Amino acid sequence: MKIGYFPGCSLHGTAPEYEASLKLVAKAADIELVEIEDWNCCGATAAHSMNRMLSIALPARNLAIAEKMGLEEVVVPCAACYSRLLFALNEFKLDEKVRMNLQPIIETEFKGNIKILNVLDFLEKYVMDALKNKVDDKFKKKAACYYGCLLVRPPKLTNSERWDDPLRMEAILKKIGIDSIDWSFKTECCGAGLSIARTDIVGKLSGKIIEDAKDRGADMIVTACPMCQSNLDMRRGAINNYLKKDNNIPAIFITQLIGLAFGYSEKDMQFDKLFVPISFSNNNFSNNNDNLKMQKSKVKEVKV
Amino acid sequence: MARIGVFICHCGENIASTVDCGKVAEISSKIPGVVFSTDYKYMCSDPGQTLIKDAIKKYKLTGVVVGACSPRMHEPTFRKVVASEGINPFFCEMANIREHCSWVHPKGEETTQKAADTIRILVEKVRNNEPLYPIKVPVTKRALVIGGGIAGIQASLDIANAGNEVILIEKEPSIGGHMAQLSETFPTLDCSQCILTPRMVEVAQHPNITLMSYSEVESLEGFIGNFKATIRKKARFINEELCNGCGDCTLKCPIKKIPDEFNAEMGKRPAIYVPFPQAVPNKPVIDKDNCTHFKNGKCQFCKTNCSAGAIDFDQQDQLITVDVGAIVVATGFTIKGTDFFPEYGYGKYKDVVTGLQFERLLSSSGPTLGEVRRPSDGKVPKKVVFIACAGSRDPAKGIEYCSKICCMYTAKHAMLYKHKVPDGEADIFYMDIRAGGKNYEEFVRRAVEEDDVNYIRGRVSKVYEKNGKLIVRGVDTLLNSTPVEIEADMVVLATASVAHSDAESLAQKLHISYDSYNFFSEAHPKLRPVETNTAGITLAGACQAPKDIPESVAQASAAASKTIALFSQDLLTREPIIAVSNKSTCVGCFLCQSVCPYLAIEREEIKDRNGNIIKTVASINSGLCQGCGTCVAFCRSKSIDLQGYTNNQVFSEVSALFERSEEYV
Repeated sequence: MKIGYFPGCSLHGTAPEYEASLKLVAKAADIELVEIEDWNCCGATAAHSMNRMLSIALPARNLAIAEKMGLEEVVVPCAACYSRLLFALNEFKLDEKVRMNLQPIIETEFKGNIKILNVLDFLEKYVMDALKNKVDDKFKKKAACYYGCLLVRPPKLTNSERWDDPLRMEAILKKIGIDSIDWSFKTECCGAGLSIARTDIVGKLSGKIIEDAKDRGADMIVTACPMCQSNLDMRRGAINNYLKKDNNIPAIFITQLIGLAFGYSEKDMQFDKLFVPISFSNNNFSNNNDNLKMQKSKVKEVKV
Repeated sequence: MARIGVFICHCGENIASTVDCGKVAEISSKIPGVVFSTDYKYMCSDPGQTLIKDAIKKYKLTGVVVGACSPRMHEPTFRKVVASEGINPFFCEMANIREHCSWVHPKGEETTQKAADTIRILVEKVRNNEPLYPIKVPVTKRALVIGGGIAGIQASLDIANAGNEVILIEKEPSIGGHMAQLSETFPTLDCSQCILTPRMVEVAQHPNITLMSYSEVESLEGFIGNFKATIRKKARFINEELCNGCGDCTLKCPIKKIPDEFNAEMGKRPAIYVPFPQAVPNKPVIDKDNCTHFKNGKCQFCKTNCSAGAIDFDQQDQLITVDVGAIVVATGFTIKGTDFFPEYGYGKYKDVVTGLQFERLLSSSGPTLGEVRRPSDGKVPKKVVFIACAGSRDPAKGIEYCSKICCMYTAKHAMLYKHKVPDGEADIFYMDIRAGGKNYEEFVRRAVEEDDVNYIRGRVSKVYEKNGKLIVRGVDTLLNSTPVEIEADMVVLATASVAHSDAESLAQKLHISYDSYNFFSEAHPKLRPVETNTAGITLAGACQAPKDIPESVAQASAAASKTIALFSQDLLTREPIIAVSNKSTCVGCFLCQSVCPYLAIEREEIKDRNGNIIKTVASINSGLCQGCGTCVAFCRSKSIDLQGYTNNQVFSEVSALFERSEEYV
């Protein structure tokens, strides 16, 4: 079965492990992800605060191409891309003016029949069933499921229930034997787009998330957004500065865990791309300080 | 042959500034049947009325058309004038040439023409009018009061003290309502139970009041003065005649850990219980769902320990039908629980409580005997954060209205907390302080100035737990929107006041209207704030909208006075603007019955001399019919007509409008 795939800049840039793991997970579930041809920027962060029509046309072009390729659904693993594509599709459906003016801008016909899936939608719809009997003792770890802002909000757009305290990742992880903690920071802001301009703010916001997850006994933070993951993983310098102590709790993509459950190796899942190391091999869950020290030089490199 | 007089009013400048009233009178004089036509500056004034009376005498008028303001203003005035001259008042019609003409059109010939046309069609109507006579219906001088909170108690006492019978029903085991749960009341800080319980006892002992606790309305039929209510008296499994209220049974019950409704689930109660020590009636009730005997038949501790032999496990619900003439609805309100707030943890933090729960912690009859101790570990909280407008005034939560009582009770809570824990700190997050009421603003100032309550203007985005503390994250909008984080021991949410979950079904049983929030609707928001649109049913207290105690009591007394006024008559007089059915043409399809919003259409069997049923036809109950005309529109055989607005009358008006000849211009 073929499903469309919109990687966005992150999955081709800072989050190759997300792309690799997602593709292998899809393969394990007998799904071929077809990348949208000649895709362009979704317009995240900048376009919608500058020009409404631009913020609709950029994502709509991608959707129109996907439609043209004969795809009925498209997976959008980045939460920011997901939000922008969903917004554009919604505006297209609701606003007649948008429908009338869009075509000359994107120079393609767009019907608006395509369905947009975020990574959780995708996993629930196509992968959950394949996860039967995948409970593995090596996963007996506590996860802090972190959703960030755009995966569940705004609820009017995403149709989420319990957008302040979602439980979807928890349900998926339960399938492979990972229990999750109950915590209050699931949908807090990680600092997102301020990653480069104001690393100190990211340090503070992500720091609070990391601190709470650790205080509540989580062994790892599980994410489904490349922005969240990069802030929580890569900005440890700023985070540790804010918290005034070193923190070794790893932040990992949900698809990397699912991939392991399907029997792929940690190398396949590109665990080496994570700044804060994590390993489930030989039932030797390690995110210990020795490893962290090894990685510290790396952390310092990216500290702004 | 009709002899009709036309009287055009200038209404000072209101009509005369855009309509040429003299010309309208002149045109009207040409209509066949009009024998007199004139205009005058104020027709409703004394000289204006005399002018009409004199004309009726002089020209022997049989009908009158007054071209003036809306009939809602002065129709009764002019009909009285006509009646005083011996003409049936329904031969007087008003043509609205003010709201429908002079106020909404510019000065000009067309406006004058429209006024003249309006007069002409009303003349046609009067020509087709028939004499109508007011309808008299008898009154049952017994009131049903639904709800035994302070509003229902007050209404019952007022109606009973005027010498009328009252049946007071309450769905809980005891009367008292929310007021019985309160510790102290604002703005005087007098003890709520101390002022309420004497009233409760008065209800119990009043010779005119029949109290039915643990009872609910099952159904209601009938109309003003003649209601028939069926009441479900729920089985409490206690023979109330035999029970002497000793309370031994409640002590012996082995089940003791059921969340106590009276204590807003902050305390525990047994399966057989009296809700609170001052309960009226002071008779226990068995909670069937939690009683071991009803679960597996193994326990009868209460029965063996009852010296009066009052426990009756075989008791059944009883349906009791009563005749009443008027109904006061005083079913009150409820509040949203903490689980309504995802941002404050969906109710998972034990130390985040509602205002009502905090009230129980403050109350000397509460689970902590009046000491402020937090639910999680029983410690005295040293920092309490109060969040006003929790849910209220929040379109995102679907509750756009102001719950009205929260500003005041939150100030009271903070104040009482400071009195009980002098070294504690109280912070209140608020949107606005709405302290409109006698001595209310002074009360809030007292909280700020004398009791050092810290008011922070801003909303709270999140409450979460960290190291045993509740972190309240909000914003201070008076300090340039500075983010605020407070480590609190306890958080009190002033959650929104909402209608009961069964309010909608009750409204449908009573055939009264309700708004989108399921609060019951008054007949007019300003001028008829107590009555409903259904004659004979009045509202009291917070079932209409959030209200505090003084307002509820005032409205209860108002509802009682409406009821007493109704009971002061032996026969009721109603306007005869109702539907009538023609029983010889009615085919008995009963489409009318299914569309009648007032259930006023009954089936009537027509029998021959031998008593055999010839046919069944629609018969309209003149007491119930409100004259809406829905049945008239639905009747397929044109067998129903609305008196005063018959099809014939309306059609004659319409055809008159289209038969304008030269002389009427």
